[in-house]
Amino acid sequence: MATQILLKNIDVPGLAGFQVYRNLGGYTAVEKALKTLTPDEVTDEVKKSGLKGRGGAGFPTGMKWGFIDKQSGKDRYLVCNYDESEPGTFKDRHIGTLNPHQLIEGMILGSYALGAKTAYIYIRGELFYVLNIIEKAIQEAYNNGYLGQNILGSGYSLDLYCHPGAGAYICGEETALLESLEGKRGNPRIKPPFPAIVGLYGCPTVVNNVETIATLPWIINNGSDAYAAIGVGNSKGTKLISACGHINKPGIYEIELGLPVEEFIFSDEYCGGIRDGNKLKAVVAGGSSVPILPAELILKTAAGQPRLMSYESLSEGGFQTGTMLGSGGFIVMDHTTCIVKNLLTFARFYRHESCGQCSPCREGTSWMEKILTRIENGQGTTKDIDLLVDISKHVEGNTICPLGDAAAWPVASAIRHFREEFEEHIKLQKCPF
Amino acid sequence: MQDNIKISEFSRETLDLVNRIINRYPKGREKSALLPLLHIAQSENNGWLSPEMMDYVASLLKIESIEVYEVASFYSMFNLKPVGNCVIEVCQTGPCWLRGAENILAHFEAKLGIKPGETTQDGKFTLKTVECLAACGNGPVIQVGKEYHENLTTNKADELLEKWKRENKISHTNPYL
Amino acid sequence: MPLLKVTIDNIEVEVEAGTTIMNAARKIGGSVVPPAMCYYSKLEGSGGKCRTCLVKVAQGSAKDPRPMPKLVASCRTLVQDGMVVQNITSPEAMESRQAITEFLLLNHPLDCPVCDQAGECHLQDLSYVHGLQETRTVEERRTFKPIDIGDKIKLNMNRCILCYRCVMVGDQITEKRVHGVLGRGDHAEISTHIQRAVDNDFSGNMIDVCPVGALTDNTFRFKSRVWFTKPFDAHRECKKCSGKVVLWMKGEELLRVTGRKDKYGELEEFICNDCRFDHKETGDWVIEGPRTIERHSVISQNHYLTNPGDAVRIVK
Repeated sequence: MATQILLKNIDVPGLAGFQVYRNLGGYTAVEKALKTLTPDEVTDEVKKSGLKGRGGAGFPTGMKWGFIDKQSGKDRYLVCNYDESEPGTFKDRHIGTLNPHQLIEGMILGSYALGAKTAYIYIRGELFYVLNIIEKAIQEAYNNGYLGQNILGSGYSLDLYCHPGAGAYICGEETALLESLEGKRGNPRIKPPFPAIVGLYGCPTVVNNVETIATLPWIINNGSDAYAAIGVGNSKGTKLISACGHINKPGIYEIELGLPVEEFIFSDEYCGGIRDGNKLKAVVAGGSSVPILPAELILKTAAGQPRLMSYESLSEGGFQTGTMLGSGGFIVMDHTTCIVKNLLTFARFYRHESCGQCSPCREGTSWMEKILTRIENGQGTTKDIDLLVDISKHVEGNTICPLGDAAAWPVASAIRHFREEFEEHIKLQKCPF
Repeated sequence: MQDNIKISEFSRETLDLVNRIINRYPKGREKSALLPLLHIAQSENNGWLSPEMMDYVASLLKIESIEVYEVASFYSMFNLKPVGNCVIEVCQTGPCWLRGAENILAHFEAKLGIKPGETTQDGKFTLKTVECLAACGNGPVIQVGKEYHENLTTNKADELLEKWKRENKISHTNPYL
Repeated sequence: MPLLKVTIDNIEVEVEAGTTIMNAARKIGGSVVPPAMCYYSKLEGSGGKCRTCLVKVAQGSAKDPRPMPKLVASCRTLVQDGMVVQNITSPEAMESRQAITEFLLLNHPLDCPVCDQAGECHLQDLSYVHGLQETRTVEERRTFKPIDIGDKIKLNMNRCILCYRCVMVGDQITEKRVHGVLGRGDHAEISTHIQRAVDNDFSGNMIDVCPVGALTDNTFRFKSRVWFTKPFDAHRECKKCSGKVVLWMKGEELLRVTGRKDKYGELEEFICNDCRFDHKETGDWVIEGPRTIERHSVISQNHYLTNPGDAVRIVK
């Protein structure tokens, strides 16, 4: 059994309540940090642990904290990115629903390290019932002296609040999230400056994903060395993988990074194989934005090595033959799946979620969806396939924020690996599935 | 102000909640409370945001009305036109589609006799398609108010519809309560 | 403060710290200046959206000579000492600009023959230089009905490229903004949401900052093609603004009043609505003389003698 950091006690009844969490060793990391570690020592522990941001980009968390401007004299903020919306990704919902105190404990640790006096959890509006659960847990933490003035007599004070979004995937982009938290449209900001210098209300700010933050108590309790000992290469620790699609056991799994993809898909401990004994056709391994890979390339790299669930292994081969770990949203498709139709739902998603601020994304996402709709409906032409490739190429890298890339990669990769399926739609003038 | 324009106002209890929320943000940053307030406003206005309601929210936060319109129209959870008592939101993104979301949507369309974006004549149901609700492992998924209904089948959909009809389901309740 | 050295298309220029690549290029002038569809130096926070000014940074700075991984928006990227920028010398930037132009035209109605902006439209200029020879889209364009926002301003949303300049004018130049960008993504539009009149002393500047024909002057609507009118610098005593304007004349008739624009199409000063809309008699104005017009402008057709250099003088 793999080490469990996030899901260890997840099945314990009443874990969402303070007392149960406390009895299982909860809030000891806060006690340890506030009584025996300086904020910089907490930051150093996180740096040494090798923890990377679990929201999708995989940026080293400790390094991100290190960028925060502590000299400006302004207030500093920690904001938790709970805007989980990337298709295929449904891990964070689980943490807030069943184990909110671990998230709160992580927020206290992160805020302490950064010197934040106020912190926010920005949670997508659709998950309002989770917000209610977390707010209740926050109140318990206040009542027990883990939030508010002079926590545990340490002299450190912190206020923590939840803030609901209202239906916008783009607010998962950290600067759009900050705009939204300020009560504005979720238009991503032009960077630089980065939030570590100019963030919420113009103040130095760190935005971290739910899973990243909920991992912090374990790292403080067990030490960075113990965390870094888990995993493979530069992929340290555990990762929540939310698996969905045509598998026998969809769900959320905590894996040690480095687990072979084949084992993850086919072993009974994880996905339990493909439904109805069907054949594996393709996988989108890290949320809808990462390149889709056909069965042979997700199980083995182009060099014939077994593909592992790690940052390095999944991206081996670049975008030609590889993909990304991303957010851990693992979407599995069996041989009955129409790749074009699946792609069309993604394209529709990105068109729907584009903020519309910059022209390549606003126009490009809409154009790609229209062309894919025609192809899926049997009205496409051979030229359309190359046109799609061309559009995706010019959206990628040319936009204000990564949504453009996220919209372009699925299109480019689906055509790269499944071109004949697009051609078949055009030849037959209908969807062959 | 003309007499025939209805002035929207929150109850004392709601205003207390509103003030508690506004106090979560620094002085001078009251606009931050806009999304929470719009959620509340929509729940108190039969599930949609009328211009009058948005103007009222603007007055509470001392911002211009256009700032509220801009924000309200950006976020997909806010309805800028009247909706039925019970808004059924069907996820249609890839992972739900892989698990049969199209059948579920078609089933609701047939049962209610409306297309997405429409409201039944009796004003009881509105059907909406939405994008990923982040419950992909349990697709197909629908959302009604704060409730998620997962692993949906047509049978389950029928049971839910019957239940909602029986209860005269109202999906827009104050999300903080 | 020491000046920073930056090289743009092999031309070196020295600028103060805090200068953007765009403004460094404007200091050099000529063909190395990237086109700006959304950036407007007099509007705070403008730029970064249209992506037409993307350039290649081949060397980040003298200290860190690595190239930047992606093209950057020259209007929002600050120069570093020793930075090397490629604009028209970068095939990558040129290819992107062509693509961006195509994106901007995707939903544009191409109704130049009936558009009052024709002749002074930045999107026209952009397409002449960077547009494709043919249209690759067969999709339906999104359409809106033209509406009046206030009695003097016509909004034709079909032509809008969502540069946000008019929104910034509303925020920064007028007392109260009543219009904005509503909706999102490909549904985003300039609107007041409910029929509200944009009516305040400086709202007319929205027309002048609009790079396309989305916001036009109702008092000039369909009166004349701009190239049949002659511009004159003029001024009047005005309590609200500088009163310095351009009068657009056809024969003896004063058809239109606008602010004075520099060679990048930016207003030198914002003018008030009184001057713009309510003084349409030549007697209202002290005429200073013919306005200097860029030679490349279609407005210079017919009326002008070419002098050496870029600018020409009107021959009366």
